Amino acid sequence: MGLLTNLKDSVSRVTDRLFASEDPKRIGIYGPPNAGKTTLANRIARDWTGDAIGPESHVPHETRRARRKEGVDIERNGQSVTIDIVDTPGVATKVDYKEFLDHDIEKDDAIRRSREATEGVAEAMHWLREDVDGVIYVLDSTTDPFTQVNTMLIGIIESRDLPVLIFANKIDLDQADIDRVADAFPEHETVPLSALEGDNMDEVYDKIAEYFA
Amino acid sequence: MEGLRSMEKIRMILDGVRDGNIVILEEGLSPDEESKLIEVTMTEISPDDFTGIEIETYPREEASDQSLLDRLMGRESTETLTVIGPANQIETLHKDDQLISALVSRK
Ligand SMILES: Nc1nc2c(ncn2[C@@H]2O[C@H](COP(=O)(O)OP(=O)(O)OP(=O)(O)O)[C@@H](O)[C@H]2O)c(=O)[nH]1
Ligand SMILES: [Mg+2]
Repeated sequence: MGLLTNLKDSVSRVTDRLFASEDPKRIGIYGPPNAGKTTLANRIARDWTGDAIGPESHVPHETRRARRKEGVDIERNGQSVTIDIVDTPGVATKVDYKEFLDHDIEKDDAIRRSREATEGVAEAMHWLREDVDGVIYVLDSTTDPFTQVNTMLIGIIESRDLPVLIFANKIDLDQADIDRVADAFPEHETVPLSALEGDNMDEVYDKIAEYFA
Repeated sequence: MEGLRSMEKIRMILDGVRDGNIVILEEGLSPDEESKLIEVTMTEISPDDFTGIEIETYPREEASDQSLLDRLMGRESTETLTVIGPANQIETLHKDDQLISALVSRK
């Protein structure tokens, strides 16, 4: 019986594939530390698969290893887009373990965390050059988008001709400034949202389907 | 060949920065080189020794925002200066615009 359902499963997979005509696109969720990448990845995964991807935290570099969720089916207007989402560690050009000490983390643990963070960022940068089909770039819209890391990463993404959506996150906060984010990257589509509160997720999924189908 | 050249460039930058220097590049870095620079920087960070880099680019002329075309044509390289330094020093530096222009014009 298991065999039969498996078979059925794979048959419908095959037909899905035929219709989609390609393997799922691998969509990297990139952005600076603390922007809300994991919160977003968890929300997408929960909305469409029922389970989460990884822990969220106000401590920067919470995600230190990329985590992926494969075969996330997003349905829009009767059509279904299948993507693999990869939640990556927040990209930085510096990591100082001493900053973790301010978050009540012991020195040994802080050093371990910073080592993991640097390894994770290196890996995420490598993937961006080799292994990603599209990018969701998440920014905390209460902070200044004109940073060197953002400019460099968007430049890298553009140079690889990857489809990219800019997500202006945390719009539930009073200090959020969506226009500032949109003005920083005028050549790309900016989608405002609150990954935490789930605000504007309909548009988020519309755009994901539109850009990454 | 190209790849090797850019790794050499990155090596040179990081060696300079790790010796405590501020490296100024007139030619800038390509997006690919920037991405490798971040990657290699990450692999070299170690507690109490090297915490990473600070990188800033300054438009040389009053060049307005570069278009994608300019980037593709590699035209940006002549219009910007890239300043790279050890993580915690340049932070104080770039708050002081005059100091940076002094630094830049000395070059
Ligand atoms: N108010 C508000 N807070 C948010 C939102 N999204 C995320 N946060 C909070 O921001 C903090 C960081 O969220 P994460 O999802 O862990 O951020 P991240 O980008 O994955 O961070 P790193 O893994 O460290 O790079 C957490 O405290 C989240 O609860 C949002 O839409 N609104
Ligand atoms: Mg995270």
